[in-house]
Amino acid sequence: MTHQISANVQETREMTINMGPQHPSTHGVLRLEVVLNGEVVSRVHPHIGYLHRCFEKHAEAMDDYSKVIPYTDRIDYVSAMNQEHGYVIAVEKLLQLEVPERVEYVRVILAELQRIASHLLGIGTFGLDLGAFTPFLYCFIEREKILTIFEKISGARLLYNYICVGGLMRDVPDSFKPETADFVKTFRPKIKELNDLLSYNKIFIDRTANIGILPAEVALNYAASGPMLRGSGVSWDLRKNDPYSIYDRFEFDIPVGSGEVGTVGDCWDRYMVRVREMEQSLVIIEQALEQMPDEGNVMEAVPKRIRMKEGEVYVRTETPRGELGYYIISDKSPSPFRVKVRAPSFVNLSILPAISRGALLSDLVAIVGSIDIVLGEVDR
Amino acid sequence: MLEFLENIIPSSTIALVVFALFPLVLILVYALFAIWAERKIAGFIQDRLGPMRTGGFHGWAQTIADMLKLIQKEDIIPKDASSFLFKLAPFMIFTASYAAFAVIPFSSGYIGSNINIGAFYLLAITSFLTISIIMASWASNNKWSLVGGMRTAAQMVSYEVPTIVTVLSVLIVASSMNLMTITEMQTGNDIMGFLPNWFIFQNPFLIVAFALFFISMLAESHRVPFDLPESESELVAGYQTEYSGMRWGMFMLAEYADMLLLSLLGATLFFGGWNSPFGTFMSGPVWGFGWFMLKGMLLVFVMMWIRWTLPRYRVDQLMHICWSILIPLSFVNFVLVALWEMIF
Repeated sequence: MTHQISANVQETREMTINMGPQHPSTHGVLRLEVVLNGEVVSRVHPHIGYLHRCFEKHAEAMDDYSKVIPYTDRIDYVSAMNQEHGYVIAVEKLLQLEVPERVEYVRVILAELQRIASHLLGIGTFGLDLGAFTPFLYCFIEREKILTIFEKISGARLLYNYICVGGLMRDVPDSFKPETADFVKTFRPKIKELNDLLSYNKIFIDRTANIGILPAEVALNYAASGPMLRGSGVSWDLRKNDPYSIYDRFEFDIPVGSGEVGTVGDCWDRYMVRVREMEQSLVIIEQALEQMPDEGNVMEAVPKRIRMKEGEVYVRTETPRGELGYYIISDKSPSPFRVKVRAPSFVNLSILPAISRGALLSDLVAIVGSIDIVLGEVDR
Repeated sequence: MLEFLENIIPSSTIALVVFALFPLVLILVYALFAIWAERKIAGFIQDRLGPMRTGGFHGWAQTIADMLKLIQKEDIIPKDASSFLFKLAPFMIFTASYAAFAVIPFSSGYIGSNINIGAFYLLAITSFLTISIIMASWASNNKWSLVGGMRTAAQMVSYEVPTIVTVLSVLIVASSMNLMTITEMQTGNDIMGFLPNWFIFQNPFLIVAFALFFISMLAESHRVPFDLPESESELVAGYQTEYSGMRWGMFMLAEYADMLLLSLLGATLFFGGWNSPFGTFMSGPVWGFGWFMLKGMLLVFVMMWIRWTLPRYRVDQLMHICWSILIPLSFVNFVLVALWEMIF
């Protein structure tokens, strides 16, 4: 049921309307200046910066590289583990530090669990944007289980400050392995349930297929990454294409958008890439749990004091939202000279004006939802 | 019932007022119950509990507490709003719903006004809802309200057509517009020896008519998947955006009253109104009222069930469904119903 909506049947005056910063579906404090012709969007201009917290300047003011970690949590507060992981890898690379096997495995498991938790939130709120309230709560029930695991290992549910330079803050409890395995087992059927309820729902497909089509070359030109890029059919995942940590040891697929119900690169494809990525994360977790050494001191490689040499490093990791880059310059002093973050949400959001021209107001909500931005990461 | 009231109340004026206030009391009690029930049903569907604390047993007093809160809230009228229309709209929308209850035959002993064009009156008076919503949206002087209001106008005017055509197909079977007569025609259990004589069993095409009526009913009372007027995630709250306190409460009340009204209309037209499904067993004015409310509440429950399951349609898809699917189908079905009546 696709309809051509011709905007200029009648000459009407365009209306400028502010969507946000207080609006139920801008996922935080994004402000969109929307020029509407009837209900057809002529122009969108995103205004950002309402959640700017000077992360980069704060990082320079810290007198220790470890003290930046709590701030990295707050960049993208729904995938804090991935943020810590990226930053810690960058600092370790600068220090040329080798971390124990067990630590690497725990980090990967946590990163993948966090990816599932983050995608669950993204999928749930996307459904909410389209008026489906119930899948949102189903997603939250599953997310809760992951947060419980995180709470047991780190004491926090959202901002963990758990991964530290050279290791982990403390060893995982004995219950970690069976509980994670149990979660993997119970979560698989839930994905099917979600597909039945939401993904292949007729109304949901009508609302998302052929909407906000992002062609592969446009995505590449805007430097999109993560599900946004993969939804357009480009198979690019840093875990596979530029493996960091121990991701080269695992067998998994990269789901890409195929235009199954519409065109390649529409909202549905971006959504479905997230659902399928959760399955792949489960595959990685299973393998990691199997290979993980049971013994080992996680604090072994943690330096007493970080003595940094002069130098600079750029490390990119795959977060749920795409390519997260940390560019760190050290000038031998205890505090970093410069910490630059390449935030995937920020880059992905910049595509919004290009793909929402000619869409309806309701489609704009769907497109914003399918980008899955976190304003903390956009503004930093 | 009026005679009974006049017998026990000395003044006939007071008796008349009591008689007229019955639907109002019913709506208020029903709204208190339905809002609570909707929360519990939503909770049940979403694997959570819903309200549990206020009042003790399963938070039964939650709606009462909410209503008290709404009454206490400050009455805010935006500076640039058209004050008179802004104040008037919530009362007008509720008045329209309330007035429509006048012709609903609640039981064999109670109907507000037994007029011979009951169905026509009901459909006409519910059009006031559209006017009130446009009034509210225009008077708010808010762009989001305006978009919501315009959507409502388009939606309700469009969906009135399939609603009326499906109601018409019942009217030609009944050859009456009097809702009491229509109900009385459905008394008895003669179909295949045991099925009640409800219109939905009398004519196979009326089953299709009911399906079409139910879909249009969802749109008329703007429930999911057709809740575009107040589509929360797009339009903040549509035409209700600028309203707060009890004025907003009136919109809420009108929405629930509207749901009940259309469900009761559906029950009257297709499911035998106040007739008992077991023939003369458990029939009579009081039982009849119970049966009627039960049928109405079942339809309300289905509406709630749909709300907590489906996403929302887009505005152009909504129009597409109405003009290219529902209206042609309902017209074809209307002809088929008429043919069936002619032949059998």
